[in-house]
Amino acid sequence: MTDTALPARPPVRKPRPARSPWLHVGMIPLTLLWLSPIVFVVFVAIRPFDDLAARGLGAFPVSISWEGFRTAFEGGGLVRALGNSLVVTAAGVVLSLALSACAAYALSRFAIPGRRTILLTMLAGNLLPPQILLVPVSAITEAVGIYDTLTALVVVQVGFGIGFYTFVLHGFMRGLPAEVFEAARIDGAGAGLIFWRIVLPLSRPSLAALAALATTWIFNDLIWAMTVLRTEARFPITAALLNLQGGYSSAYNVIAAGSLVAAIPTAIVFFAFQKQFVSGLLVGSNK
Amino acid sequence: MTAQAPAAAAAAPGRTGRLGRALRRVPPLVWLFLAIPLAVELFWVFWPAANSFSLSLTRWDGISPAVPVGGQNFVDLWDDPIFTRALRNNVVWAIGFGGLSVAGGLALAVALNKPGPLVGLYRSAIYLPMVVSLAVTGLFWRVMYAPEGPINAALGAIGLESLRNQWLADPDLALYAVLVAAVWRQVGYIMVLYLAGLKSCDASLEEAAAVDGASAWQRFWTIVMPQLKGVSMVVFAVTVIDSLRTFDIVWAMTRGGPYNMTQLLSTYMFQQAFTLGNLGYASAIAVVIFVLAIGFIITYLARQARAEED
Repeated sequence: MTDTALPARPPVRKPRPARSPWLHVGMIPLTLLWLSPIVFVVFVAIRPFDDLAARGLGAFPVSISWEGFRTAFEGGGLVRALGNSLVVTAAGVVLSLALSACAAYALSRFAIPGRRTILLTMLAGNLLPPQILLVPVSAITEAVGIYDTLTALVVVQVGFGIGFYTFVLHGFMRGLPAEVFEAARIDGAGAGLIFWRIVLPLSRPSLAALAALATTWIFNDLIWAMTVLRTEARFPITAALLNLQGGYSSAYNVIAAGSLVAAIPTAIVFFAFQKQFVSGLLVGSNK
Repeated sequence: MTAQAPAAAAAAPGRTGRLGRALRRVPPLVWLFLAIPLAVELFWVFWPAANSFSLSLTRWDGISPAVPVGGQNFVDLWDDPIFTRALRNNVVWAIGFGGLSVAGGLALAVALNKPGPLVGLYRSAIYLPMVVSLAVTGLFWRVMYAPEGPINAALGAIGLESLRNQWLADPDLALYAVLVAAVWRQVGYIMVLYLAGLKSCDASLEEAAAVDGASAWQRFWTIVMPQLKGVSMVVFAVTVIDSLRTFDIVWAMTRGGPYNMTQLLSTYMFQQAFTLGNLGYASAIAVVIFVLAIGFIITYLARQARAEED
């Protein structure tokens, strides 16, 4: 921001380059410290159990071993758990964004009576502490016969997320230029066609930001999985990991390896979509 | 707004049929677009939430029919030492988690606000923990806090043997140990929020103050901070709501132990509901969580509603 102001008044002051060495003196150690838990978990994951027992967890690795990863995958069923997580995440993200986009379109472009109240009520649903929903949700899934299925987990994730996504998409769609809609209407396009041909393509940036955010939310969820699932074979990665920790509580290399496996998919999303991810974090928060 | 303004104006003269006309003007497909998501949310969020309130007035094991007990669950909660411990821990958590992550996030946002070499790298490193789930963060830090783990090893290496601890097994330290892990993950998020806030600050005000001889410290508190008021409000509401929801990281690290010393309202609620099967009692705890959260939810909503108006 200061950069833009600089050319106008160059003689007053320079952007103080003198300060930068101190910034790095402080930030380099802090950054290393910040990353150290991740680095140490990698170190522990690639050391064999005997080495951990002999030299302690804090020592540096002298050789690479896949023992921890092998045990985590075989003993913890992590492949299946990753599969469950991917299915739930993909279905959850697509469904909740599709439904939210529809609702946001209706609320932002049509004179629906009480739409502001509807919108804020929907957002309020997402802000509720999940604890107030857990017991009844588990009972309802049982009553409709989907308890202990991945369907239940997807449905719950969609229901709980919709309010927030709708709110954000509404804010975006509201700002789309009215002329585009007029032109389409004059050409005789109906509401459905306008949504499909104009609104969705134009909303791509905010849909991408929400998709990046929703992916990490749903993939990282633990409490809903523990609420609607009982059978281990259906657990997503987070819940499976806690089971693994129960079974191998002193085999730190196994736990570290399993945690890394669970962290890698969201880390990929982060690095591939860093810009969308950061703008996703900001939506709805910095208005 | 622009699209609806003429429509609303046209509807004004004929008062009587206003609602009917609105109903007719909105195509049926659009009503469907709104009705389906709304029905999903009503059924999976608002209906269960309402149920929790009625369940909190019962004793229920999930199998036999629920027995109405009036306010007895809430009376019992008040006398339950684990509940009061969880409540106290939640206060400590909200203050510690909120205070440390706001202090850290704000300081880092100010330090990393101006672009420069490596700044992007620092920012990425600070918010990288955000992508790791809370459950996995908990497991990462279990490794760090292990008796022979990196933290104790590092303390030994720099000659602070006396500070070595059984971090997660020590009843006095465990809550703070978990808190540090949670803050590690949260600071990046707060930093991102404040970075965005700083971007929209008016730089010319600060420059003018600098010309008038105000120190950097004075400029920050009297010129920059007031402009960040909006962000701070959001951060405050979000932090408190998050604190009341915190579950995964505690569950992954300690399950509320040792001796219930790291129990938060959410973990105790979950334990009562799904480990012990006291569904009515658990619902009463959930209602307490709701009551504590609602003020902050309304604060947040009011702010968003105001943002909707412009």
